[in-house]
Amino acid sequence: MNSAVLPQRIRTRLRRRHAAEKRFRCYGVVALCFALAFLFVLLATIIINGAGVLIHKRMLFEVVVSEHHGDRYGAMIKDSWKAQFPEVTERRQRRALYGLISRDAEFLLRERLADVPVPDNGIVVLSVPFSSDAGEFLETDPDKRDSFSKRLSTEQRGWLERIEAGGKVETVFNSDFFLNADSREPEVAGILGALIGSMLTMCVTFLFSFPVGVMAAVYLEEFAAKGRLFRFIEVNINNLAAVPSIVFGLLGLAVFIGLFGVPRSTPLVGGLVLGLMTLPTIIIATRAALQAVPSSLRYAALALGATPMQAVLHQGLPSAMPGIFTGAIIGMAQALGETAPLLMIGMVAFVADIPDGFTSASTALPVQVFLWADSPERGFVEKTSAAILVLLAFLAVMNSAAIYLRKKFELKW
Amino acid sequence: MKNSLFPTKWAVASGFALIVLAGFDAGESLAERGRIHIVGSSTVFPFSAAVSEYFGKSSDFPTPLVESTGSGGGLKLFCAGAGESHPDITNASRRIKSSEVEACAKNGVDKVTEVKIGFDGIVLANSRESSTINVTLRQIWLALAKEVPEGGVDGANLVANPYKNWSDIDSSLPNVAIEVLGPPPTSGTRDAFVEIAMEGGCKSFDSIKAMSKSDKNAYKTLCHTVREDGAWIDAGENDNLIVQKLLSNPEAFGVFGFSFLDQNQDRLHGSYVGGVEPSFENIASGDYSVSRSLFFYVKNAHVDIVPGLREYVSAFTDEDAWGEEGYLVDKGLIPLPEEEREAMGKQARALKPMSF
Repeated sequence: MNSAVLPQRIRTRLRRRHAAEKRFRCYGVVALCFALAFLFVLLATIIINGAGVLIHKRMLFEVVVSEHHGDRYGAMIKDSWKAQFPEVTERRQRRALYGLISRDAEFLLRERLADVPVPDNGIVVLSVPFSSDAGEFLETDPDKRDSFSKRLSTEQRGWLERIEAGGKVETVFNSDFFLNADSREPEVAGILGALIGSMLTMCVTFLFSFPVGVMAAVYLEEFAAKGRLFRFIEVNINNLAAVPSIVFGLLGLAVFIGLFGVPRSTPLVGGLVLGLMTLPTIIIATRAALQAVPSSLRYAALALGATPMQAVLHQGLPSAMPGIFTGAIIGMAQALGETAPLLMIGMVAFVADIPDGFTSASTALPVQVFLWADSPERGFVEKTSAAILVLLAFLAVMNSAAIYLRKKFELKW
Repeated sequence: MKNSLFPTKWAVASGFALIVLAGFDAGESLAERGRIHIVGSSTVFPFSAAVSEYFGKSSDFPTPLVESTGSGGGLKLFCAGAGESHPDITNASRRIKSSEVEACAKNGVDKVTEVKIGFDGIVLANSRESSTINVTLRQIWLALAKEVPEGGVDGANLVANPYKNWSDIDSSLPNVAIEVLGPPPTSGTRDAFVEIAMEGGCKSFDSIKAMSKSDKNAYKTLCHTVREDGAWIDAGENDNLIVQKLLSNPEAFGVFGFSFLDQNQDRLHGSYVGGVEPSFENIASGDYSVSRSLFFYVKNAHVDIVPGLREYVSAFTDEDAWGEEGYLVDKGLIPLPEEEREAMGKQARALKPMSF
């Protein structure tokens, strides 16, 4: 129809409706941009702060291994380091000097000497990290180093610049961050302990909450009589999904640790508590997915002589799988980011060893972020951002797995 | 269809397997924990963790597990009983209370060794973009209390805190609005600040000091209650956050532990209290008044059962650790005076239980 033949009144209203439509879309775009801008700023800050963790400065350090020191590796490091600065005599100066290299150097030497015999000349070349302030100083552009005037003394800066000029400083990929567990020395603190802790915890969470949640949902949806008890349970499950997570921590403390004697601070108890937290999400998602399966499918199975169990296991569940996985992953992603319930069950802890099983002491990624963010040492600022990036990457991997599984099990009618 | 059935069956089976495994595992590890378990104060946590790390790396014992639960939470866990499912050591940023001693004794934890490890200064700091101030405890209390004597005169009627600017209290102080960021009431740092700095200023008024004898509760309420009209801001447990906020607002002051000031000397400076600068030396000598003692408590019943416990106490009380040139000093611990350190170290290594 040609708009020219329409009466004026209708044309005006049509124009107004089209304008409203346009405005509505505009609001949507603005909202999206707003959200994206925030996300961008957040990510950009984290990346800018955390990227520095990828490379760090180390020193090629010749350690003189002498008989008379026996197994006092700290003394060997200190003596070899001091020998490079003959002018250092006072106690105060020595302390300032020792403060420039990582305290971890003596353990690196100890490890090295355990593996490799000492060469005849008694000199072991070791790649040693600088202490975090010194490392940061060396990574800074020479023109901008004045800002360190309060953190490092003039003397210390002079020594560092001398070592740098001597060509003993190397810039290398910071594998320590990815291969070490936590440490109180920022320059050697790593994320691997927390990462493995989180993986183990998530394994337990999945193995506990997925089967239990799916079974509960299948029963509620397919078999339970829909009476008053049913509605009571339904309301309570929905409520449970909104309970603050710390409550689950308290419950876990009382039941798992207090009653069953599951060891504290382990991925096992952490996973069980987070599993409890995830259960309602999985049950709700599974029920919704089962409801979305066309009932004709089930009736057809029943009509062909399948038992109700066969109808669910062969038709209902496989068709609902994509939805169930989506729900499970949303629940797990929530659980991955939790620290509050872990505080109660002892996972907010300093763990210097990489966990090697479900019952070894361990912490988790968000806890590591929290602990580092709370540390006075300046070196941990960078580590905090980098740990957040690792957490985000872990989340991305988990979500991709969910998408893959969903695609794999997707059925089309 | 057979294929897609697999995950369900597998998941159900492994779920049950895990639950069985959980029960089995728990029974085993209780009998052989083997690792020292430490809980307690988040202020002592960095020191305790540093000693643990060093201890684990330099000995054949596994690295102790250090939990950051807060002083109160730590003592609660510690006093819950003896036995391998209970912690061996708890860190505290205050001395154990008599109620906690009773709880301990009731649960069979009757022999406990107290080790005082050093001091922690609490500072009032601001950005280096503004100048430092020199305050007295009395001025701190007048600036932050909810109710103060009218006009700051001893014995006057109590009125809601009228001071808006620091200069309203004393003309020597800067003419900027009072804005202090500090930890929330759940924090041990807050408790210490209130008990030492605010109460210290409060009882400098003779009339209020007299109240402490006649009406103890009213005295405490008056001295310990922080104003709620926006001049004091609860800024959360994270001290780094307070540091960030001070940098963006040079007129504000923050209350936090000395180690955070120490790490940020290039950006912040501490206010003089009673003319004394919050420096390492002044806190160590006791000249700087706003400081508290830090402790850890060892459960004697666990010694010689939990491997390495005795050695951990020795490692902590070694001169290389808590001495004036030890590594804990680099982490911000302010050591005990030499004589006290020596005596305390001896007592700790002998694991002499405290007398209640």
